[in-house]
Amino acid sequence: MHFDELIGHLGQHTVDGLSKGAIYALIALGYTLVYGVLRLINFAHSEVFMVGTFAVLILWTQLGVQNNPPVGQAILFLVLGLVVAAVASGGTALALERIAYRPLRRKNAPPLIFLITAIGLSLVFVELFGQVLPKLLGTVLPEAFGRPRQIVGMPTIIQQETLFTIGNTAITNIQLIVFVAAVAMMALLDWFINRTRYGRGVRAVAQNPETAALMGVNQERVIMLIFVLGGIMAGAAALLWSMRFGFTQNSIGFVLGLKAFTAAVLGGIGNLRGALLGGLFLGVVEVYGATLFASNWEDVIAFVVLIVVLMFRPTGLLGESLGRARA
Amino acid sequence: MIDKIRSADRRRVGILTSVGDRWRALPKWQKAIGVVALLVFLYHLPYLGKLPGGLMIPGLNNLRTDSIEGGNNWAGVLFVCAIYVLVAIGLNVVVGLAGLLDLGYIGFFAIGAYSVALFGSVNSPVVKWIQQEFNLPPTWAVTWGICLLLAIVLTMISGVLLGWPTLRLRGDYLAIVTLGFGEIIRIVARNATGVTNGPVGISAIPGPEGPPSADNKVFGLIDAKPWYWLAITFVLLMVVLVRRLEHSRVGRAWLAVREDEDAAAVMGVYPFKFKLWAFAMGAALGGLSGFLFGSRNAFIDPTQFNANLSILFVAMVVVGGSGNMIGVSLGAVLLAYLPERFRDFADYRWLVFGLAMVLVMILRPQGLIPSRRRARELKDRAAEAEEAPAHV
Amino acid sequence: MSDQTTSTSAPKIPAQPGPRSVLLEVDDVTLRFGGVVALDKINFQIYEGEILGLIGPNGAGKTTSFNVMTGVYKPTSGAVRFRGQKVTGRKPHQISQLGISRTFQNIRLFPEMTALENVMVGTDSRHKTSVPGALFRLPRRKPKPHELPQVTAASGIVRNWQQVRRTFAKTFGLSRHILEERAAEAKALELLRFVGIADRANDEARNLPYGYQRRLEIARALATEPKLICLDEPAAGFNPAEKEELLTLIRNIRDMGLTVLLIEHDMRLVMGVTDRIVVLEFGRKIAEGAPAEVSRDPRVIAAYLGEPADDAA
Repeated sequence: MHFDELIGHLGQHTVDGLSKGAIYALIALGYTLVYGVLRLINFAHSEVFMVGTFAVLILWTQLGVQNNPPVGQAILFLVLGLVVAAVASGGTALALERIAYRPLRRKNAPPLIFLITAIGLSLVFVELFGQVLPKLLGTVLPEAFGRPRQIVGMPTIIQQETLFTIGNTAITNIQLIVFVAAVAMMALLDWFINRTRYGRGVRAVAQNPETAALMGVNQERVIMLIFVLGGIMAGAAALLWSMRFGFTQNSIGFVLGLKAFTAAVLGGIGNLRGALLGGLFLGVVEVYGATLFASNWEDVIAFVVLIVVLMFRPTGLLGESLGRARA
Repeated sequence: MIDKIRSADRRRVGILTSVGDRWRALPKWQKAIGVVALLVFLYHLPYLGKLPGGLMIPGLNNLRTDSIEGGNNWAGVLFVCAIYVLVAIGLNVVVGLAGLLDLGYIGFFAIGAYSVALFGSVNSPVVKWIQQEFNLPPTWAVTWGICLLLAIVLTMISGVLLGWPTLRLRGDYLAIVTLGFGEIIRIVARNATGVTNGPVGISAIPGPEGPPSADNKVFGLIDAKPWYWLAITFVLLMVVLVRRLEHSRVGRAWLAVREDEDAAAVMGVYPFKFKLWAFAMGAALGGLSGFLFGSRNAFIDPTQFNANLSILFVAMVVVGGSGNMIGVSLGAVLLAYLPERFRDFADYRWLVFGLAMVLVMILRPQGLIPSRRRARELKDRAAEAEEAPAHV
Repeated sequence: MSDQTTSTSAPKIPAQPGPRSVLLEVDDVTLRFGGVVALDKINFQIYEGEILGLIGPNGAGKTTSFNVMTGVYKPTSGAVRFRGQKVTGRKPHQISQLGISRTFQNIRLFPEMTALENVMVGTDSRHKTSVPGALFRLPRRKPKPHELPQVTAASGIVRNWQQVRRTFAKTFGLSRHILEERAAEAKALELLRFVGIADRANDEARNLPYGYQRRLEIARALATEPKLICLDEPAAGFNPAEKEELLTLIRNIRDMGLTVLLIEHDMRLVMGVTDRIVVLEFGRKIAEGAPAEVSRDPRVIAAYLGEPADDAA
């Protein structure tokens, strides 16, 4: 137990945790949106994120991005990356909905059937990117699919450097970008759900599908919308991940997805602001825990948090409600 | 296209159902002959396609995995199939009968394997510590039979420990929590180097004849046939035991809880108790299969227990037909055998399993084998009932 | 209207010695959901051996009070006592053990199980076999002569086998599991006959016709050996002939010595079969008494029977 280390650099660990948690939060939004409306755990959402990272990877390698480009180019690459990742992830999420979930919904299948389907889909995507695409595209896109199941590095768009220090806490440019970008995306989504006509439809369906249908809300369109929105958020997370960690792999989604799900549950699944809070909280707890014990226990901490939250407060910190997100 | 598949599927199910009905209609002694024939077939499987004197039967011989280039030892593959069948039967108790989706089954499998490794191998830190504490000779370790009991008891306890807090959760939450549990077990096995040797793993795990060595007459490292026979014996024993549960008050309670938990509770079934039992029984079976796996392998390390296997186990159950022992066994054999026999397929097996899960869930959520459930039926007395007046 | 009115006008109850004992007591029960008062200080008793009707317009709190009595909801204040024991706060299966059973307004059978198995789940609640008992067929006891396996075949290997089984049972006894299974099956079949659906005993519940499903629910509820059986709109969707049969069935249940609580919309049914009626409106009790009295009560007429009331006849 390294209490001294934790207490001595509490600020630093908190900042590290927050920037880590911001990515969890963005992914968690996907779980929360779908759960809020459909009461279903979209287990394959982690793969939506994974596809986003590959989209960014392919874009950057095809553009021939070099390490540490000038600021103007860097911004261009990031914006392009965001667009491409959002399209890829949003498209993947939409495809999942149309191909797998819609037929099940038509049959009114029980939740566990959805979950098993989602697990199957997750496996399919992991294998698609780890095994099939390397076979098919190994020569065309060697940077992304050179070998099956490889870890692939990405060009460094922004060199990590300390922006400013408060006490003994150093805040880097990347941490700041990740945090600000994630919060901005979430604020945008929050605005969309709470202030626009489309968002009102989403909230109506989340609260009471039957009444919403009677009021003329197109439920199918709302469902497509939430999958796309969740996908876009995962795409944003994929971009931030690529920028911060600079690598990806076909199996990257599994643990990250579980953690994002934990974050969603922690904040109160179905609750958008809860996802932010849960993500940040989980990120901080993880960094604290990893400091206290050892970094290889990090994943265990997340799972233990999940179990403890579900046992003692299954509705999460803020309670479950997409419908009453404004309250 | 999909309609064609559907109608073909209906025909297939029709055939299977009529075969099943005919089997049930057979007199008892004919059923007994059928069962004996099945037993002979199962125990004879390692010799599939081989005649005395080195002759081969072409069609059957091609089914063997060692008939292809670089194929694995046939009896070894059979052993793996048997282990997976055991896993499927155990997971079926949890998923199929009690309706609880357990995505962390690999955790119990790992605990079973680690039980025999930690207590039975002279290389394990635990055994070394016990030797020191009690001044035992360096060759001392817990015998295989006691390890077997330990494996079952420890997995049952861990099943209860996992189930106690989590079984009150909604079904889909439970699934995710169990997934986390499986990962925790693996990470603990990897990180707790002082107990489990960590990533280095544990070797010299004993078999029924003691530690693995070239001198072992029956359960050696090379010949897998005795291991297969041992595993299939356990499988048959467990089939009998699980059938006993299915056909009892317990089985009915599980089904009732699966179908409508609230209604079951109002009818006097305590759902939590029976779910916990399902978890414990499932865990024990997972532990037993892990135990056999560790014992045969003689070496285990944490990488053998990753979360993908949990998903594979669930795939075996749902693809085969959850709730139905024949179905899940078939699922297990298919998923273990196909990648071994068709090596080109091996690279894509996870993809195919994933696709199979999705397709089965969308097209046929009951699984491949129609779950004409072993409903309890009145036989002669039903006829008598029809004659009785509608109101007493 | 006072609570005492019943004693003067309850002639349908079979002659019982001594004062009638209270089986279930709803004592000042209030239930709030957030700001909504679902039940407001409800008081009434159910006496042993009677058929009590609980009526009221939609949303009056009938099913809610029913759910409080069977432990689904916990009242905000007040208590429900069953033979002096508190029902409030117990788990549903414990309440079933106490001797309260119920059916559901929207049928909730176990659809994939046969009719027989559905009822057996109910009978199981009085049995003991659990996992160890089923696995190892323990404990065993010496069977009574009629419980032994019978030797029926005239000769041959079948006869030998039957003899072996009989000897085995004589020597080692029979397990509680076997005996309980037999008892459960026999009892379940008897109940299926009692409600009149034994001809479909082997059919899965989901394949049964609607009327059979309703009656199967009653059989399943009876199987738990209750003292009090609560029927939640058992006649919903029935035609007049079926309703008539149901009336007979309810009377038969009472004649078995059970107490019946009946929630029902159909006024004719309630008037025809109940000994007493409790009327709820907006979560309050507005009347209680014999059917004839209640149907004359102006508040009840205003609240519920206001429509052209040919029912009262």
